[in-house]
Amino acid sequence: MTAPVTGRRRLAGAGVVVRRRLLVAVPVLAATSMGMFALGAASPIDPAQQYAGAAAFTTSEENLAQIRANWGVDDPLPVQYARWIGNLLRGDLGWSTSRHEPVTSVLAARAGWTLLLVGTALALVLVASVLLGTLAAYRRGGWFDRALRAVAYAVQSMPVFWIGLAAIAVFALSLGWLPAGGLTDITATGTDPADVARHLVLPVTVLAISQAPWFVLFVRDAVAESLRDDHVLAARARGLPGRVVLFGHALRTALLPFLTLVGTHLPELVGGAVLVETVFSLPGLGAVTVEAALGADFPLLAATTLATTVVVLTANLLTDLAYAAADPRVRLDD
Amino acid sequence: MTDLALPARVRRLRRPGSVGTTVAVVVLAGVVAAALLAPILWPLDQSAVDLSRTRLAPSPEHLAGTDDLGRDVAVRSLYGLRVSLLVGAVAALVAAVIGGLVGAVAGSVGGWVDRALMRVVDTVAALPHLLLGIFIVAMLRPSLGAVIASIALTHWLSTARIVRSELLSLRNRPFVDAAISGGAGRVRVLTRHLLPHVLPRLALATTLMVPHAVWHETALSFLGLGLPPHLASIGNMINDGQRSLLTGAWWASIVPGLLLVAATLALAVLTGRWRDRLDPRVRAELHL
Repeated sequence: MTAPVTGRRRLAGAGVVVRRRLLVAVPVLAATSMGMFALGAASPIDPAQQYAGAAAFTTSEENLAQIRANWGVDDPLPVQYARWIGNLLRGDLGWSTSRHEPVTSVLAARAGWTLLLVGTALALVLVASVLLGTLAAYRRGGWFDRALRAVAYAVQSMPVFWIGLAAIAVFALSLGWLPAGGLTDITATGTDPADVARHLVLPVTVLAISQAPWFVLFVRDAVAESLRDDHVLAARARGLPGRVVLFGHALRTALLPFLTLVGTHLPELVGGAVLVETVFSLPGLGAVTVEAALGADFPLLAATTLATTVVVLTANLLTDLAYAAADPRVRLDD
Repeated sequence: MTDLALPARVRRLRRPGSVGTTVAVVVLAGVVAAALLAPILWPLDQSAVDLSRTRLAPSPEHLAGTDDLGRDVAVRSLYGLRVSLLVGAVAALVAAVIGGLVGAVAGSVGGWVDRALMRVVDTVAALPHLLLGIFIVAMLRPSLGAVIASIALTHWLSTARIVRSELLSLRNRPFVDAAISGGAGRVRVLTRHLLPHVLPRLALATTLMVPHAVWHETALSFLGLGLPPHLASIGNMINDGQRSLLTGAWWASIVPGLLLVAATLALAVLTGRWRDRLDPRVRAELHL
């Protein structure tokens, strides 16, 4: 056993960790962007014809050649890649060929809604899974535990968009409680928070439910295991009430690895958001990504994929730091 | 709030060969048999449209109703499941081959090769794999090949990790030392002594991957980025059914999805049991 480390010393290594993570993140992003660029270059789509749209049929070959020359799409690949990365680093994400506007303005207009959807769903999942998982673990083997796990396994095999469509069929069409899609009422002239909230109830709940099994099962197993730990048994032996032992001792030890799970599960959540946004016609990044994919819009697709990767890597770093701050046994400067 | 250990209940819960396994076997066998025999039992022209019978509610004649082009949803779902399972299985195999090769190289060569390959695995794992899959399909243009590539390139990571860690743990066993001191070369040790031990794990990992591959294909097809629209796959059908959903014909989307959930859930339950038997740690708990 090492000597206890004070809070201040514990976080002293944070800078080192950030630096080490950045050392990894830069090659990761470089490799990802290169891979994506190579795929884009291998694509059978001619960007000049794509840019011209229907006019490509009437545009003369000289004009198309002129567009290609202007864009430099016939330059050697490394040259094109260097130019693309250079522009990205300067904040110029390119021109979206499917939306006919700069990629930056597409991202700016839509990223917020996706963040709101993912953030609210994540918060809901965390609270619900800690509560349900702990209850199931306390009475493990009981009817609640068995029912919860059966439901969790079943939900795990349901595609999120299918849950979404079923929710629309029941809550929007049959019962008429909630709107079936969109961000605001058709007649609305602005984004009224109450209206938006009402429209987000179904999407957020569906996304949360589809992601919940992972978290619920994890909390349940972790708490069940920590209930067998020595310090929990010791607390029981001292005659502390069950509630105190459960929340004060067992849950606290069980929750630490949970932080890591949140970090590694974020990519799944993003994928779920893409599908949920499509089902509920929400104007977020997911819907725009699908549109871009249908139109083979490389600049927009590459930007959304890279931007999400950056967000995921940052979230992983933050969970590492949070882990170190929460667990006295973890030292960042090892 | 009685005792916290609850050994009796845990023992009852963990008893192997429970009702769940039987149900899963029956469901999977039934669904797969129906899907395999569908072309014989219910011959169907994929492009046959009957506009006089659109969006009929479920009835004895059409067990799951008809869609907006008058096609029988139940029969078409079985055809769709055939396609989805086949594409999923092929893609999982391709992914297992990629992952198996990467894992075998990393685990047997070791050193900087191992570190570099595992860094690649970690990198791809950190990417949102649906977005990556969408990107791959978009660049290759939606087609059967693109869908399989999209699944395989985003799902090979788990097999690579499993094969590598199995090789690392096997490498220092006495029987490997014995083979080496008996004069066996690197290749012979790998193929005759190590791989036979890895294969059951690899087979399990591949089967575990099939439902994930099917979900990935379904998601792509649902977004209109998967298989061509005329080909009935579960994702295509759910996507088509969206049009009918708003007019109240919920069955066109919900029934194909339900069939997929039944098949993949049964498959997941069975592979879960299989994994419990392979893993001695869990096996010990089974007979607690």
